[in-house]
Amino acid sequence: MTTKISIQAAHKTFGSGEKAIVALQEVNLEIGSNEFVTFVGASGCGKSTLLRCIGGLESLSSGSIKVDGETINGPGVDRAMVFQHYSLYPWLTVTENIKFSRQLRAGREDLTSSDVEAASGRADALINLMGLNHVRDAYPNQLSGGMQQRVAIARALLPRPQILLMDEPFGALDAQTREVMHDMILHVSKLEKTTIVFVTHDVEEAIYLGQRVVVMAPRPGRVDSIYQVDLPEQRDQDMKLAPGFLQQKKAILTRIRETAGMHTDYELLERMTQQAAQQNDMQ
Amino acid sequence: MSSRNKILASWDSLWVIRGELSRRTYIMFALFGMLVPLAAWWGVSVSGWMDKVFMPGPMEVVSRAYTWFMDDELSHDIWISTYRVMAGFALSAVLAIPIGLMIGTYRPVQAMLEPLTDFIRYMPAVAFIPLVMLWVGIDESSKIAIIFIGTFFQMVLMVAEDVRRVPITQIEAAQTMGASRGEIVSLVIVPSAKPALLDTLRVTMGWAWTYLVVAELVAANSGLGYSILRAQRFMQTDKIFAGIILIGLIGLTIDQLFRWLHRRNFPWMYKK
Repeated sequence: MTTKISIQAAHKTFGSGEKAIVALQEVNLEIGSNEFVTFVGASGCGKSTLLRCIGGLESLSSGSIKVDGETINGPGVDRAMVFQHYSLYPWLTVTENIKFSRQLRAGREDLTSSDVEAASGRADALINLMGLNHVRDAYPNQLSGGMQQRVAIARALLPRPQILLMDEPFGALDAQTREVMHDMILHVSKLEKTTIVFVTHDVEEAIYLGQRVVVMAPRPGRVDSIYQVDLPEQRDQDMKLAPGFLQQKKAILTRIRETAGMHTDYELLERMTQQAAQQNDMQ
Repeated sequence: MSSRNKILASWDSLWVIRGELSRRTYIMFALFGMLVPLAAWWGVSVSGWMDKVFMPGPMEVVSRAYTWFMDDELSHDIWISTYRVMAGFALSAVLAIPIGLMIGTYRPVQAMLEPLTDFIRYMPAVAFIPLVMLWVGIDESSKIAIIFIGTFFQMVLMVAEDVRRVPITQIEAAQTMGASRGEIVSLVIVPSAKPALLDTLRVTMGWAWTYLVVAELVAANSGLGYSILRAQRFMQTDKIFAGIILIGLIGLTIDQLFRWLHRRNFPWMYKK
């Protein structure tokens, strides 16, 4: 597998002086071409920051991120991004949203007329692939959350990006819709041969989708450990109940809990129970 | 007894917090809200508690509006006042929208202009009248200038706020698709802020009308505001009432026009 994204000694600090927060410390990571990598970790671990740095929306304080050996400098059409929500344009229909990048100069510069035709066919193909045919003229606020995310993914895929960056894209969806979206995005990654970097707080989602799961730890944000996922390439929902899957899920959850520095305060719960009992006695 | 309970229950259901109201009930309450003050006004005027000179009844006001229309160039007054308000408002919109857009988009512009605008907007527009007379003179442009001063600074700040409310993810999505800064402004920020901008225009249009009387303090010899001021000199309270109510009605009409424009231009906001 050839290296697609290479992150070298990445550092990111927000603010300065005493209030400075180290969001990323000494992150080194290689992501292969057409790999599906998922990132999990307790809040504040810098997983979203790292994704935004790869997308070029934030810049590193030091270190570098290279795509195909070239250091990135700001956003680029080779790296598309899907956000958790509010990223669609509510004044455009589904089709117009998907074709949005076609209006931009960056995507048009070296296009011949046959390319333009192909791009129009591309939009139709994506609408079909995402099952959006019956809503192609609807506006985003007429769609369910799951449908809106399909539109966002189709829009991101239109210019054939080599890398798809996804920032908790299914975090606001209900559990059933999320399962459907999981199989859909796995299918898309195979068809489109995109490298996918996927940030989530849902460990089950991370294992089900990822070929590797990167666990990050907070304060300072850093890569804690990397888990190789040992599932057949063709995933299906029943695998989530297999012993191997559950074991890995437990291992990752335990590791995240350890790094989070947060735990249930059993003493407090015990005191609350005693107090309630006393009050009941008095009555 | 049970029918009484039913009425009580349906009465109670009207007062559910943020509850629903049928269109018919809504109109009934709206009419009630309008008719009560009207009836109270009429009641006070016929009761004789207050001198007719100070408190003309609704009928006197209507008949005064009629004679104003027939013998006294009401239509000219309406036209010239509308022209002044529209001109002052249009001038301030033409300048405030691009300036507000820049303030809401670029931090240095915000730092340069927002504190200044914030400071000036607290200066009373009326206090500028002597200056306006000295600088602009006493012709039409001075009235337009007063309405401009009254609305422009507020409008700039509201436009900037509308622009800042454009969700950052809409902008970032465009950035990741390779949009340039100019493309982000013209293809994302402007269309995204447009519905809020039209609402801002609607609200500031109302303020422009409230500055009309102030503007027509300046050496005017026609207009609704001027007529109201002159009527005071001749103790024509019925004409004062008629003028105020007319300004209210014109304002209401324009407000409805803006709402209609909003529904027409932004159908995606009204589809569910």
